Amino acid sequence: MTTAVEHYVAARDALVLPGAGLDWLDQLRDAGARRFSEKGFPTLRDENWRYTNIRPILKQNFNPVAALDGSTGRAEGLSQHLLPGLRAHRFVYVDGHYMQALSDVTGLPQGVDAMPMADAVNHGLDGVKTWLGACMPEDRGGFTDLNTAYIEDGLYLHVGRGCHLEKPIEVVFISTEPGGQLIQPRNLFVLGENTRAHIIERYISLAGRSHLTNAVTELVACRASVVEHTRLQEEGADAFHVGGVFMRLDGDARVVSNNVALGSMIARTNLHVVLQEERACCDLYGVYLGNGRQHIDNFTQVDHRVPNCTSDEFYKGVLDDRARAVFHGRIIVREGAQKTDAQQQNRNLLLSGHAEVDTKPQLEIYADDVKCSHGATIGQLDDSAMFYLRSRGLDETTARGMLTYAFAADVINRISSAPVRDHLEGELGRKLFGVERLEELV
Amino acid sequence: MLSINNLHASVQGKPILNGIDLQVNPGEVHAIMGPNGSGKSTLANVLAGRDSYEVTRGDVLYNGENLLDWSVEQRACEGIFLAFQYPVEIPGVSNIYLMKAAVNARRKYRGMPEMAAVEFLKLIREKIKVVDMKEEFLHRSVNEGFSGGEKKRNEILQMAVIEPTLAILDETDSGLDIDALKVVADGVNTLRSEDRAFIVVTHYQRLLDYIVPDFVHVLAGGRIVKSGDKDLALELEKAGYGWIEIAPVAVVADA
Repeated sequence: MTTAVEHYVAARDALVLPGAGLDWLDQLRDAGARRFSEKGFPTLRDENWRYTNIRPILKQNFNPVAALDGSTGRAEGLSQHLLPGLRAHRFVYVDGHYMQALSDVTGLPQGVDAMPMADAVNHGLDGVKTWLGACMPEDRGGFTDLNTAYIEDGLYLHVGRGCHLEKPIEVVFISTEPGGQLIQPRNLFVLGENTRAHIIERYISLAGRSHLTNAVTELVACRASVVEHTRLQEEGADAFHVGGVFMRLDGDARVVSNNVALGSMIARTNLHVVLQEERACCDLYGVYLGNGRQHIDNFTQVDHRVPNCTSDEFYKGVLDDRARAVFHGRIIVREGAQKTDAQQQNRNLLLSGHAEVDTKPQLEIYADDVKCSHGATIGQLDDSAMFYLRSRGLDETTARGMLTYAFAADVINRISSAPVRDHLEGELGRKLFGVERLEELV
Repeated sequence: MLSINNLHASVQGKPILNGIDLQVNPGEVHAIMGPNGSGKSTLANVLAGRDSYEVTRGDVLYNGENLLDWSVEQRACEGIFLAFQYPVEIPGVSNIYLMKAAVNARRKYRGMPEMAAVEFLKLIREKIKVVDMKEEFLHRSVNEGFSGGEKKRNEILQMAVIEPTLAILDETDSGLDIDALKVVADGVNTLRSEDRAFIVVTHYQRLLDYIVPDFVHVLAGGRIVKSGDKDLALELEKAGYGWIEIAPVAVVADA
């Protein structure tokens, strides 16, 4: 009997991947495959995975989807799942492959290169060669190595020096029927000096059956760039989702990360931020909503390598039914990284007595002149607030919805795009209270 | 409108109300006075339906129906409003959103369509003048960061917008300076009408200079020990509550 690791290595060897034959690319993929073969999938014995058992993911062997049925009729059926009202440069991927018919890449300003990763590696672009796999920490984990072994498609974005993108870049990954797919998007975003951009990554699934999404995004924020990265994980209730986001910030760069996890049976994100040069600054916002038997795990790691950098992390979660969440926030302040300002907050709201949260702050500080703080709370809806709202005529469901939305909105409202905020408000209402919009509750 | 009969209630097994009888008719203002711990706030909260209070005996009829069978929100939709002694801060829910939700919840209950946004805005702009509040308060989170006086004005604003049939004010005057007190009283007086009633719970006579009650009831030991007209409040102001504690049995017999 083959093991899961053997299955995924063999499945890769059967594929003809884009850019095969380019030495640097072959080496990169093979190194990923080799590490993956050696180390395998994480287990509960792995400190960074001790609250998330991935065995359910390994019960089924997922398979890559070789080719895409790109017929126009199909695109029309899928377009209804795109975010309404969002005006963006849009790149859509179906079962891991770029689908032009659903995308809208018109009007990209001069100085911006954006193309499917499959094309970028086929062309052997310098930016790809320079940066692909360049921001990976040693402890990147088996899933990331597996993704690297398969590098195939996703978005390659290079924003040239001084370029400001007015509209967001929207990257959508749709997994379709019948399920069983292995989908491994690989994105690389390089934001040049003094650039501005908002990148929205969204993961959705149409299949009622399980699939495995194992995505990796690398983001390089060059000097004085201002970047917003919004990640929306909204895959189906039977999906498995693992997402790695690796960011590197140069001097005076400022990144806002909005990490939203709503979907999947088991969902895990690994967000790694390296503050590489002085006065880099990151705000990491997260919100996760779990119900049913969902398991949502957010691992974050901020690495303060140099002095005078700032990180502010704020994650909020709402758990209902028997859902379980994990927040693991690691902050490393390296020797000599003086005047570091690192803040971390994790707040959780449990709507059910059976929901569970494990929250684990982990601060490792090797400098002596720093300002670091962290805090975690787990609470329930406030009885007196419930009584207050009901005494104004609001029924129990409405009052709960209002208080729950207020709790999560604290984070959602920090996302700059109004269509995204509206969408999330709707999703929250639908998911936790079974209504289209919270306003409909009254 | 409201008929309270031999009402007993306890909190965490401890009896607080020990047989309240009270009749409130449309158009009347009843003041409930009494020393700390006499059960004034408990009475207000029991009527509004707070579930940490357990009714152990007696009944309450509201327009002939058994009020105690109703949920908190049903009582509100039927026209009962409680102005809280300690209004609750609700971060993230804007004041105007709550009031709109409250108005529409009541309309929905009565089978009426939602109030249009424009109409609602007009209503609220009119009402906010009554309580002398700035419009910016509408867009702030409910009571969050409000001063004590602002919170109480906000209660009165909500009352003015919701237009209840029976309004219960639970120590709305506590912690208010004289200007805020007048604003609160004006808010109540503006709403006084033939078909609306008020129960004003207060420790001090002061508020009753501005909201002149039709009846004053003195609560002690969970019972109404004396009832009278507005002059009773003035007597209490002079004599204090000491006489109640000295001779409660005699007073009960007297009542």
